[in-house]
Amino acid sequence: MGMFIVKRLGVTALVLLVTSMISFSLIHLAGDPAVAMAGERATPEQIETIRRLYGFDRPFHEQYLHWVGNVLEGNLGRSNYLKEEVAPILARHLPVTAQLGVLALAFALFVSIPLGVIAALRPNSLIDRAALVIAVTGQSMPSFLSSIALIFGFGVMLRWLPISGTGSFAHYILPAIALGYYASPAIMRLTRSGMIEVLQSDHVRTARAYGLSAWQMIVRHGLRHAIIPVVSVATVQFGYMLGGSVVVEAVFSMDGIGNLAWLSIRRYDVEVIQAILLIVAATYALLALAADLLNAVLDPRIRV
Amino acid sequence: MELLLEVRGLRISIPTDGGVLHPVRGVDLSVGRGETLAVVGESGCGKSLTAQAILGLLPRNARLEAERIAFDGMSLLGLGNRQWRQIRGRRIAMIFQDPMTAFDPCYRMGDQIAEIVRWHRPRNATPARMTEMLAKVGISAPDERLGQYPHQLSGGLRQRMMIATALLCEPDLIIADEPTTALDVTIQAQILRLLADLQAETAVGLMLITHDLGVVAGIADRIAVMYGGEVVETGSKAAILDDPRHPYTKGLLDCIPTPGETGRRSALGFIPGVVPRPLGALTACNFRDRCARAMPACHRGTVPLMPMEDGRLVRCRLYDPPGAVPVREPQKTLRNAEGVA
Repeated sequence: MGMFIVKRLGVTALVLLVTSMISFSLIHLAGDPAVAMAGERATPEQIETIRRLYGFDRPFHEQYLHWVGNVLEGNLGRSNYLKEEVAPILARHLPVTAQLGVLALAFALFVSIPLGVIAALRPNSLIDRAALVIAVTGQSMPSFLSSIALIFGFGVMLRWLPISGTGSFAHYILPAIALGYYASPAIMRLTRSGMIEVLQSDHVRTARAYGLSAWQMIVRHGLRHAIIPVVSVATVQFGYMLGGSVVVEAVFSMDGIGNLAWLSIRRYDVEVIQAILLIVAATYALLALAADLLNAVLDPRIRV
Repeated sequence: MELLLEVRGLRISIPTDGGVLHPVRGVDLSVGRGETLAVVGESGCGKSLTAQAILGLLPRNARLEAERIAFDGMSLLGLGNRQWRQIRGRRIAMIFQDPMTAFDPCYRMGDQIAEIVRWHRPRNATPARMTEMLAKVGISAPDERLGQYPHQLSGGLRQRMMIATALLCEPDLIIADEPTTALDVTIQAQILRLLADLQAETAVGLMLITHDLGVVAGIADRIAVMYGGEVVETGSKAAILDDPRHPYTKGLLDCIPTPGETGRRSALGFIPGVVPRPLGALTACNFRDRCARAMPACHRGTVPLMPMEDGRLVRCRLYDPPGAVPVREPQKTLRNAEGVA
């Protein structure tokens, strides 16, 4: 296990290095940043000033190392548009997205894992078919549509929940459901197919032949195996929720990272875009690490 | 001998798209307390399904009918889940063919053995009792083994673990379904020896399912030879091995190589053809198409099990004496145990 963790940490460090390089260079790939920042009517002199001011005239590796050095010191730069340090800007927006993502993931897991297990216990039964309908609907409905449906149903018709903003915990419920619902089908179908497979396996037959309880058979000796691919997929889904919740944040007027990214791209706010890219990529890498470690805890055969 | 397990008129049918399969067509078996019965037959003869049916472990799509399946005087037909949990493991323990997959790879051996034993015999679920049993079934360094995961153990060790688990449950009957088939030849002999010794020592009843009429069936007191879902010959070990009557039993014995016999003259025997697909009801002897001694009578009607002068039973027209009375006329099923959990 020790060696496994060391190896896995090494891989994560490499991934972080590469993602930092990519997020840094994306700014340059999208055209001359100095021209973009100077605006349409800038004179060549003004562009040149900006280029020197921001160090765009220096060699690429020098710019990169300078940037990485700053990032490691916690200095994410200064927003050209908001005229403010990037770090406090992120600190304002991150909690919104993080809270939304965690709630959405919790909703997805609490709905889809039990549904997947129940569907697997009686394949092709009514409940299995019903779960399939829910899954297909979730998979095929874009999140802006489910968001609007939720707003209409629970916000406008029933008036149970707030539909806009981030003022209280209740504000997060509808967007979390909209975001989580989109991730549910994959998790549910994966749980179902994994459970069907594991319930036919020899060690579950052993548990049955020795009179163990349904809970022991289904959860201890069944779900523990079926959940392993689910962990990996749920992690990716969670990363997606954190980085790609732009649509849901927009519909529910939430000022999260997704919304900030969308605005910053429109404003060509280079420093902010870089910081968001870096944070989202790093989150992905750390989530993948967490998923691998969790799977190694679940299945000892992975710890090699 | 006190009767421990009694199976009468066991039939298993499986509806498929191509018609209803009848892999078990009216099987009678019995095991006495402390007795070893070997159930022998080729793949597909219904021996494993018979074992599963006894413990109520048939696949969901299989239908079970039987006149009687009784254990220690108590009927096992139509038991609910709660009742089964008192029987499985505690009264009848099972040892499986493939020890590589019989344990859950996610848990340490000690934890999963204890999980089972704690339910049936809590006082045996202590590390001390478990290491003691592991040592008894020939596992070296038992303390260390209990802390290991299944994938860290060899096939032979895992089968010993399975046997230890079964014994820790202190059952009255152990059903061993091809317990040595998946193991290396040298390990096979060890495991078989172990089973025979432990059976003699603990006086547990043993139902040994095997396709090996030679070595494996050799540790049994009685042997039942199955073919195509029926018992075709059953009797004492000596009767079956030394003086087989049914052409199928003879064929099985001829398939076993004898050490020392080499060369073309003593070519190894074989039975031509394969076990017929168990589709539809029988109208004649099931073995007739593969039998060298088939005669017109074999094609007329099903063949009953007939008692021989030495007490054995044979299902073959060759031994039809004029006016003989079959053991039992085929009967209508008395009880339908469909829906057993």
